[in-house]
Formats: sequence, C-alpha cells, structure tokens
Amino acid sequence: MKSLADLEAIRKRTLENINMRKDEDAARVVIGMATCGIAAGARPVMLAFMDEIKKRNLQHVTVSQTGCVGMCRYEPMLDVILPGQEKVTYIHVKPEMVPRIVAEHIVNGHPVTEYTIGAAED
Amino acid sequence: MELYRSHVLVCGGTGCSSSGSANLIERFEQQLKEKGLENEVKVVRTGCFGLCEAGPVVIVYPEGTFYSRVKVDDVDEIVSEHLLKGRKVQRLIYVDHKTKESSAQKSLAEIGFYKQQQRVALRNCGVIDPENIDEYIAFDGYRALAKALTEMTPEQVIKEVLDSGLRGRGGAGFPTGKKWQFARASKAEQKYFVCNADEGDPGAFMDRSLLEGDPHAILEAMAIGGYAIGASEGWIYVRAEYPIAVKRLEKAIAQARDYGLLGENIFDTGFNFDIHIRLGAGAFVCGEETALMASIEGRRGEPKPKPPFPAVKGLFESPTNINNVETLGNIAQIILKGADWFKSIGTPASTGTKVFALGGKINNTGLVEIPMGTPLRTIIEDIGGGIPNGKKFKAVQTGGPSGGCIPASLLDIPVEYDTLTSVGAMMGSGGMIVMDEDNCMVDIARFFLDFTVDESCGKCTPCRVGTRRMLEILQRITEGKGEEGDIEKLEELAESIKSSALCGLGQTAPNPVLSTIKFFRDEYEAHIREKRCPAHHCQALLNYVITDKCRGCTACARKCPVGCISGELKGQHVIDTSKCIKCGTCIATCKFGAIIKE
Repeated sequence: MKSLADLEAIRKRTLENINMRKDEDAARVVIGMATCGIAAGARPVMLAFMDEIKKRNLQHVTVSQTGCVGMCRYEPMLDVILPGQEKVTYIHVKPEMVPRIVAEHIVNGHPVTEYTIGAAED
Repeated sequence: MELYRSHVLVCGGTGCSSSGSANLIERFEQQLKEKGLENEVKVVRTGCFGLCEAGPVVIVYPEGTFYSRVKVDDVDEIVSEHLLKGRKVQRLIYVDHKTKESSAQKSLAEIGFYKQQQRVALRNCGVIDPENIDEYIAFDGYRALAKALTEMTPEQVIKEVLDSGLRGRGGAGFPTGKKWQFARASKAEQKYFVCNADEGDPGAFMDRSLLEGDPHAILEAMAIGGYAIGASEGWIYVRAEYPIAVKRLEKAIAQARDYGLLGENIFDTGFNFDIHIRLGAGAFVCGEETALMASIEGRRGEPKPKPPFPAVKGLFESPTNINNVETLGNIAQIILKGADWFKSIGTPASTGTKVFALGGKINNTGLVEIPMGTPLRTIIEDIGGGIPNGKKFKAVQTGGPSGGCIPASLLDIPVEYDTLTSVGAMMGSGGMIVMDEDNCMVDIARFFLDFTVDESCGKCTPCRVGTRRMLEILQRITEGKGEEGDIEKLEELAESIKSSALCGLGQTAPNPVLSTIKFFRDEYEAHIREKRCPAHHCQALLNYVITDKCRGCTACARKCPVGCISGELKGQHVIDTSKCIKCGTCIATCKFGAIIKE
C-alpha cells in the first residue's frame, strides 16, 4: 500500500459488506419469510434482491426478513422502506420483478405502483 | 468478498469467551451450513460489546437484534427461526434490568445501558472483526495515519493532540500533547514510542477489551505518535495474562506489515515505523513507566527516580514516550475529526470520554464509555442499572489500589480528573467497583493495602515497610484488636509514605485507607471502640444469635459441627458464642430465618 487511494479502495470494497452494522439510515427491504412466504417462493425473491444489490454495488441497502403479516394470499410480499418515508408494500413478487423495484424505487425513489398492494386492492 | 444479507456478531472478548462464545461460533457455522445459508449469513467474532453481565452476547444485523446469555443449544433456534424465517427469538432478547423493557423494538443505542454512553475509544469494539484489517480500514482505519504523514508536519500533529486537551487515561491525567512535545524536543538518533498495556488494577479491564476488540487502532496511534516525536520503533508492553489480546495484536501487526502500514517507507513518505511486543509477567509495579522500561530491557522491573524523565532518557537510554492503551485509542479520531470536535465532548479541563470497567455490586457489570463530566449517579443508576437484590448503595471505589472510595453523599459529582482528586479519589485507569451496605469499608481498605503490600517491589523502604505496618494495623482492627490511636497512627504513616516513596505505587498506596477514614471514620471507630462491624462483614466481630422466631425444630443443633447450639424440642434455642466458629451452617439450615449475625 503506497497511497491514500489504495487505502480508499480497500475501505470502499469492505464497507459495502459491513455497512449494515452502522446505525445509519439505510434503505430496508423486509421480506415475509414465514411458512406461507417461503411456500409461495420468497427465497428466490430475496436472493434476487441480494444479486441486484451486489450487481449495482449499492451501499446503504439492507435485506432482512420478517414473519407472517397475515395476508398470506398476497405472498410473497415485501416492504421497501426508504429513510424518512412511509413503507411501500409489494405483493406477489417474482424474481423477475426485482430489478425494476431496485432501479425505480430504491435507487430513484419512485415506487413501482402497479406491483404494490394499493394497486391490487383498488 | 461476498455480499451477505445478514451478519451474526458474536462477542469474542475475554468475558464472553470464558462463558463459551467460541462454541457458539462453531455451532452457528455448522447450523448455517446445514440450512444452506452459509453464503447469505456471515458469522463474525468481534471484540467486547461492554455488557459483559449479559454474555455471551450475539447481535444479528441488519435488524440489530440483541440476544443475551446465548447457550449453544439456543443457536439452532436462532438459525431456524430468525435467520431462516425472520422470526426473532423473543425469549433470548435482552431485557433491561431496571426498566424491564425488552430491547426487541429498539435499536441497540436506545437500550438503557448504551443510551448515555458515547463511544470514541471503543467505537469499533463489538462492531468489527478485530482480526480483519479490511474491516478496520472500512471504518476509516489508517486514514488518520495517512493524513498525518501526507498532510501534516510532526509539529502539527502534536499541536492537534495538545489542543484537543487529551490527558493520559492510565490514571495520572498528564496532557498527552505535552508528553509528545517533550519527546520531540529531545535530540537523539534513536527514539522509542511505548504503549503501556500492563493493566493491573483489580477489576479494570478496559485496555484488555480495547486491545482485543480493536488492535489496529492502537497500532495506528503508535505510528502517528512515532511520526510526531521522531521515533521509528515502537514497543507494546502487555501482560502475558491477556492471551487473546496478545494473539490479536500479533495478528494485527502481521497484517499491517503485510499492507505496508508498518515497516519502511509508509505511504511512500520515507517514514519508517515498526512495532514489537514484550510480554510482562504480571507484576503490578511494571505499569509504572520506569519499571516498565526496565522490564522491556530485560532487567528486574523496578522503578527509578525521576528525573531524568523518559522523554529525555528512557528505554535503552534513549528518549521515549509512553502512553496508555486507552489514550492511544483516541488519537486517530482526534487527527481525523480535529481537536475542536474532541474538545466539544466532556468538560473544559477533562475533554473527551472515559472508559470504565463497572464491577462489584452492580446489575450491569461491564464496560462503559461516557463523556467526561457525567455525574457518578448516571453511571451507577442509569447505565449500571443500580444495585442488585434491593440493597442500598454505599460507596464506589475508583482508581484501584491508588484511588479512593466515594460515598453516597457525593454521588452527584461529575466524573472528571480534578473533581475526583478533590474528593480524595482519583480517575485512575478506570476500574469502578461498586459497594453496597454489606461491604465493610475497613475491610475494603485492608483488601487494597494487602494488594499493594504484595505488589511492592521492595526497592524503597517507605513502601516496603510502611505499607506493611499499615496493613498490620488494619488487620488488627478487623479482628477486633484495634486500639485507641490506631486511626491517627494510620494517618501519620500514610502521610509519610505518600511524601517519601520512590514511585507512584508507594505514593498512592495509602489512598484507599485515607479516603475510607475520611468518609467512613465512624466505621473505623465502631470496630475499635465497640468491637462491632456495622456492615456485619468482619467475621471476628460477629456473633450468631437465635431470635424469637425460633420454633425449636432442632435442625440447626443437629447440623452445628461444633455442637454449640442447645435447646429443647419446640423451645427457644441458644448459641454458645464462646464455642461458635461462625461457619454459617445454622443460618443455611434454619427454615424460619431465626438466626442472624450481629
């Protein structure tokens, strides 16, 4: 290591992996992973999020799981919570929908309305 | 490096390691593999989280779920419920002693124990994997060194530290920047930068936790200090009784050398610095700087008169700067964030934070870091969670064998160097031992003096003979053989030892006696005049008595090993105190709570 740039490279590379341990505001993706969620295919959805975050090298995004919220007929469901904003709930999520949610909602801040629970109940 | 969705942080500090955290890690890894989660969830061994009372501690991120007292058998449930299905294991979640609030819905920082803390020196402890230099770098590690070497002159570095107001955390509170200035001013071909990690106060473990939890922070600070004073060689003097700390230091030094952060031509600036480790054999006096240097040189660990000060003639006869571990833990932050930031924490005369090892009669035993100036009461009641078993707080001992006891009436004083000294205690290295109504203050003084008598190196007479005479008097008092005039004799001896002993060990050894006499003179007098121990602690001054709660069941009489209890069936029993050996068997046997000590 000979320069500040070398140090910075290591810092960046590692930080994205351990950022979740800082108590900072991060975008949170919370996926329902109860029996109903898993049975409906929540795991591939979660893995798709992981892939997408890694591919885009996104920092400040965490993926976590939660239990059953009671609306099993909408599974797999998940919440995207941006810092300081109301949570947005997506339903019947399939892995192929994930890149759009990441690109439009998490990166650019515009929820993908047609996938949300609001769209289904209208 | 793989991207993981969840990190399981398991405390690998000495406290949690001794309650079995190594087995937890093994089990987690095995269970994750079984469930096919090994590429999604990472298990990290970290340094101390501070809440040793609740150990072994496990934190699961990104949720930040705080599990306490986790056993190997609990691991399967955490993996299958929390990590696989996203359901937190409620029964293992930490619950605050005092408020009875579960930490389930709160972030870690809002738990009572952490709420009033501010972590500067311990910022990475319990957050990073101490054996992974990349994680240290990710949280701004070695950036301060880069900044110092590439953007600052040695004088600027010293000025920043001087302006920050940082004072030595080993106990004496000497301004760190001044020390560096003196060492810089000495002209010599070879200078040394020494880290004093010979933590010896009974009950103190903040240096150990810092070395275990964030070893790179110490290495970085030493390199910065080496640059500032013009030293190319550093030594860490650490106790051999700290095996985990030693192992992590060795690993950290190897990693730093590998990255070129130690060694020659660091950051291409032509600055060379390398660090060696020297293990101490656990002599308390070796924490004294001149004795410490003698020990590094391979000589007997005995202090020397000062001057010459180490900054002029220290290790191997060369100018040397010595700093304590916790002091060094603050350096990188001061360089990165600036003196003004550091000064904004704490009080004008005591800037920054201080780490304390809370122990004794307190609910949340563990490691806390608070801004200077925090009232003692906050530390004991809010962070420490108060005294267990509904007992009453009596005093807190700070500064170990060199410090003193602070009574309940002074609980509202702010914790800073000068205030503590003014009440006859001292900041010390940061041991804080809490005592309740069952502790006898005479016996506490005897305990600490017993420690210093053992640890006196014997070189100077006041310490070698004087402290022993004091101990003998104290022993007599606790055995009920105290005489009128003993207190005055203790005070006289104490004053002459303080003014004539060679090093800090002897000069401060009488402090625990003086401060207990100052605040608890009535206890001394009760021992001497009434042959009574108000705390019911000193065995020789106690009598076992059977009260009228006695139902005459004869159970105690049958159990008494010396047969000193007599009485009819269903009649009041009596203890013959002349034969009683005060073993306590009768109290343990009695079902009616009829036997008391008085």
